[in-house]
Amino acid sequence: MPTIARSVPQRWEAYVFPSNFEYFAPTTIDEALGLLAEHGDEAKILAGGQSLIPLMKLRFAAPAVVIDINRVAGLDHLEESKRGRGFLRVGALVRNATLERSELLSSRYPTMAAAAPLISDPIVRNQGTLVGSLCHADPQGDFGSVMLALDGEIVVRSTAGERRIPVKRFLDGPFTSTIRPDELAVEARVPSPEGRFSGTYLKLERKVGDFATVGVAVFVATERGKVMRAGIGLTGVGATNIKATEAEAALVGHRLSDTAIDEASRLAAAAADPRTDVRGSADYKRDVVRVYVARGLQQLTGAKAA
Amino acid sequence: MTATEETAAESAPEKPLDWLGQSIKRKEDDRFLAGRGNYIEDIDLPNMLHMAILRSPYAHATINSIDTTEAAALPGVVAVVTGELLAQHNLAWMPTLSGDTQAVLATDKVRMQGQEVACVIAEDRYVAHDALELIDVDYEPLPAVVNPFAALEEGAPLIRDDKEGQTDNRVYHWEAGDAAATEEAFLEAHKIVAVDTHYPRSHPSPLECCGCVADLNPASHRATIYMTSQAPHAIRTVFALVTGLPEQNIQIISPDIGGGFGNKVPVYPGYVVATAASLLLGRPVKWIEDRTGNLISTGFARDFHMKGELAVARDGTMLGVRVKMLSDQGYAYADAQPSKLKAGLFHIVTGSYDLPAAHVVCDGAYTNKAPGGVAYRCSFRVTEASFLIERLVQSAAVELGMDPAELRRRNFIQPEQFPYTSATGFVYDSGDYETAMDMALDKAGYGELRAEQERRRAEGGKLLGIGIATMTEALGAGPSRDYDILGIKMFDSAELRVHPTGKAILKLGVRHQGQGHETTFAQIVAHELGIPPEDILVHEGDTDNTPYGLGTYASRSTPVAGAAAAMVSRTLREKAKKIAAHLLEVSEDDLEWEHDHFSVKGAPSQTKTIQEIAFAAYTNHPMGMEAGLEGVHYYDPPNLTFPFATYVVVVEVDPETGEWKPIHVVAIDDCGVRINPMIVEGQIMGGLTEGFAMAAMQEISFDDDGNCIGSNFMDYLIPTAWETPHYDLGETVTPSPHHPLGCKGVGESATVGSPAAFVNAVVDAVSHLGVTDIDMPVTSAKVWEAIQGAGAHA
Repeated sequence: MPTIARSVPQRWEAYVFPSNFEYFAPTTIDEALGLLAEHGDEAKILAGGQSLIPLMKLRFAAPAVVIDINRVAGLDHLEESKRGRGFLRVGALVRNATLERSELLSSRYPTMAAAAPLISDPIVRNQGTLVGSLCHADPQGDFGSVMLALDGEIVVRSTAGERRIPVKRFLDGPFTSTIRPDELAVEARVPSPEGRFSGTYLKLERKVGDFATVGVAVFVATERGKVMRAGIGLTGVGATNIKATEAEAALVGHRLSDTAIDEASRLAAAAADPRTDVRGSADYKRDVVRVYVARGLQQLTGAKAA
Repeated sequence: MTATEETAAESAPEKPLDWLGQSIKRKEDDRFLAGRGNYIEDIDLPNMLHMAILRSPYAHATINSIDTTEAAALPGVVAVVTGELLAQHNLAWMPTLSGDTQAVLATDKVRMQGQEVACVIAEDRYVAHDALELIDVDYEPLPAVVNPFAALEEGAPLIRDDKEGQTDNRVYHWEAGDAAATEEAFLEAHKIVAVDTHYPRSHPSPLECCGCVADLNPASHRATIYMTSQAPHAIRTVFALVTGLPEQNIQIISPDIGGGFGNKVPVYPGYVVATAASLLLGRPVKWIEDRTGNLISTGFARDFHMKGELAVARDGTMLGVRVKMLSDQGYAYADAQPSKLKAGLFHIVTGSYDLPAAHVVCDGAYTNKAPGGVAYRCSFRVTEASFLIERLVQSAAVELGMDPAELRRRNFIQPEQFPYTSATGFVYDSGDYETAMDMALDKAGYGELRAEQERRRAEGGKLLGIGIATMTEALGAGPSRDYDILGIKMFDSAELRVHPTGKAILKLGVRHQGQGHETTFAQIVAHELGIPPEDILVHEGDTDNTPYGLGTYASRSTPVAGAAAAMVSRTLREKAKKIAAHLLEVSEDDLEWEHDHFSVKGAPSQTKTIQEIAFAAYTNHPMGMEAGLEGVHYYDPPNLTFPFATYVVVVEVDPETGEWKPIHVVAIDDCGVRINPMIVEGQIMGGLTEGFAMAAMQEISFDDDGNCIGSNFMDYLIPTAWETPHYDLGETVTPSPHHPLGCKGVGESATVGSPAAFVNAVVDAVSHLGVTDIDMPVTSAKVWEAIQGAGAHA
């Protein structure tokens, strides 16, 4: 028998026209931070706008203030720093299309290079940014898993100073991160790989432009044939992107053998916490995690030198 | 002129003698490619207001009250229209194309999510949308009826309690064929195969959503309504009947339309409210629908729950087919289809086969969903029928252990059997199914494919599947004796006027939305009269300036309006002959026609071209003859036309994840004579893409509370260039014996026929694992579940 309607979304109606908002276009980071200090909770940062604008268009988001950072100088860097053990710096305005075409990524950060062309569609990639995607904290976002696999971090800044937050602690829940209302995410960082390394990203999507039904980021660094560092991140199978730590641990210290791969993919599937929805049942998604982690790791058996 | 120039002129490519069958470029594309099309959104009238629609968040609820005070007070808001206001003008409800009623704006209850509840008319569209948020509607939720089977159960909440005498949720019961003969045939069966499937609710989702600009001039009392309509003349008559406005004072203009696919046939509440608002306010009112409004509230397609059974003899001979079908109609019965046929042409379910017995039982049920049932790129429910029979044949082949191609070959209607009367009463005009199928199998390399399939099954890895579908469609409604919509007969018309300089304007009652009429119909006149297509303007979509017609949908334009264009050209040629005889001072009997001129028999140098004759029609016509060279023809086709095709789809399936993709798609279409083969091929490619979309991803579904899942393009999936397969096309030509040019319709063939080929291919790939059926859309998740389920039962 039919039941009384209970699960009606609060405001699902279709609006093509956003609510009123005040718009600022600062040109320096300090100016942007000043605006954030002033408007805080009421403000939203506009970078690529590939999530924010659709949400505003539908009035799911109605920020009173939009701070457009696209004119801010010094946020479009994509480079490797040699400081410490070295790390990759991805500025807040680096577009996904730039990542997709980057030789630095394809030679040194293969997991990112594999993920970049799988982000939505070319139109979205031309505008969308990695840092913006992380701040949006969509559990179906691809870069969250990549950054978890690679142990990346986010650099945030406010008028009070700078913080570096590991992505594992940055992603706090569906569409929530630990950034504070007065902070601006200025950069994502990824530790430079050492030894022989390899990585990839596999994504099952219903069509190009759809969110991942399941996405899997894998990364391994080996020395003398044994895994020294392993990273496995899962997309679309939990309230946030998931770092499959037990699966990672199961690989470290072992050769990338069929047995090790089977065990890691089994543990990764166990780490997944998917929900049944239009993209498939929870059982299905969990099994795709298993298959994809195994396939991803199989692809890495020919790891190359740093 | 120098000698060189003469040579150059002589060697220049000659214009073809006959324009029929020429792939000339589309005349209309210049303006579209240059961004100079003229769509509804491009129309801006002085003093124009903007309308926005408030829609119901509930699938079923009583409306206790609607408070518009705050919205009306917002600066820039001119009026807030509610059902109560419309009821005062007897406009709260309107008739549907199937003779049911549908709310314009809800008064008592809302009966679907997204139903129109109130409209804001404002000075600009931003204000109109802001004001929507200020309208306070007090709803009391009621149980939502989402499942059509539950809808028909005793005790189900009554959806249409507004209709006097309606005591349950049944819309109709309708049967075709012979029950007794079919029962008898089934008694003789060696095997009875069954398919129980749901053809999912889908949506035509044209690139341009619906919209209108209503301009009721308070001084002239003329109503000029610009709207996205595939059938402007029928709409004018419906508007006259609904509003009581005199029909001569209503002008419907359908400017360029950004795709229709059946979605722009019905009348929607937005059109009616905008028109009423313009009438009340004395100012033009513009309404532009947004994507969600289009997907959740306007004409959906399909949504048939079908149980089919096919009786076969031991040798594979098909003995009979019987079908029970339940149609999920939504809260109003609003199918856009011939009024006498409750389930459209669904009873063509015998397909391409010589099936001696058939019985089709159809029921329709009200549910708390959007009304519709439009012919989405198909001829009135032929799509569902074609899918069912082709799935049944596939299952029968598996059951019998026969090759599916051989099973089809054994049962095809043979060329010498035409005209062939089917068990449900269709008279198929012409066909040669085996030739088309053989060509398709050959192109696909069928024999080697089966070997490759076996090899892969043995070796592991990705599986190969081969799907065949043979399709016979019935289109071009209609003979007026059988086909009408609300009593208006389904003829169509063409008016042709040749100007003194030999240039012409052809006016038609149909309205194209991208089908290429401006080129195709010019070629028809060019073929008949010899006036080059570039000299012929094709005009459609303005009811003041075109003859009456029922519109463009269900592949009827070339079969009906195209025939009218040929016939009116022939009428003009008869008159031209009289003028030529006068000019050449010979008797008409002494003249013969060749491509573009009359010449005197035996004296071929004595000629008059059509251009010379046209000039004479205005300057030197015979005494006693009316001047001018123009005419109008209303064409009532003697029968439908029956195009056919074979589609062969080869897919690769990943057995571990259920992912699949087509690796070869072969389409052999026979639509009779092709006027512009390039346009025909474009239609077939588009049709195949929509067929693939339905097979693979397109579905409007609902949760238990009646919330629509598929209200935007994030949830309602349309394939991109990335997913869309490459197509391998071919043709056979079997002319229609009754169409003046031998043409049949083609715009929809591939959408009708190809979904079964895609599904058959995926099922075929995993059939050795015990999978017998997968419902559309065939997602990777469903393939995986099917494999798991089959494994569990193995």
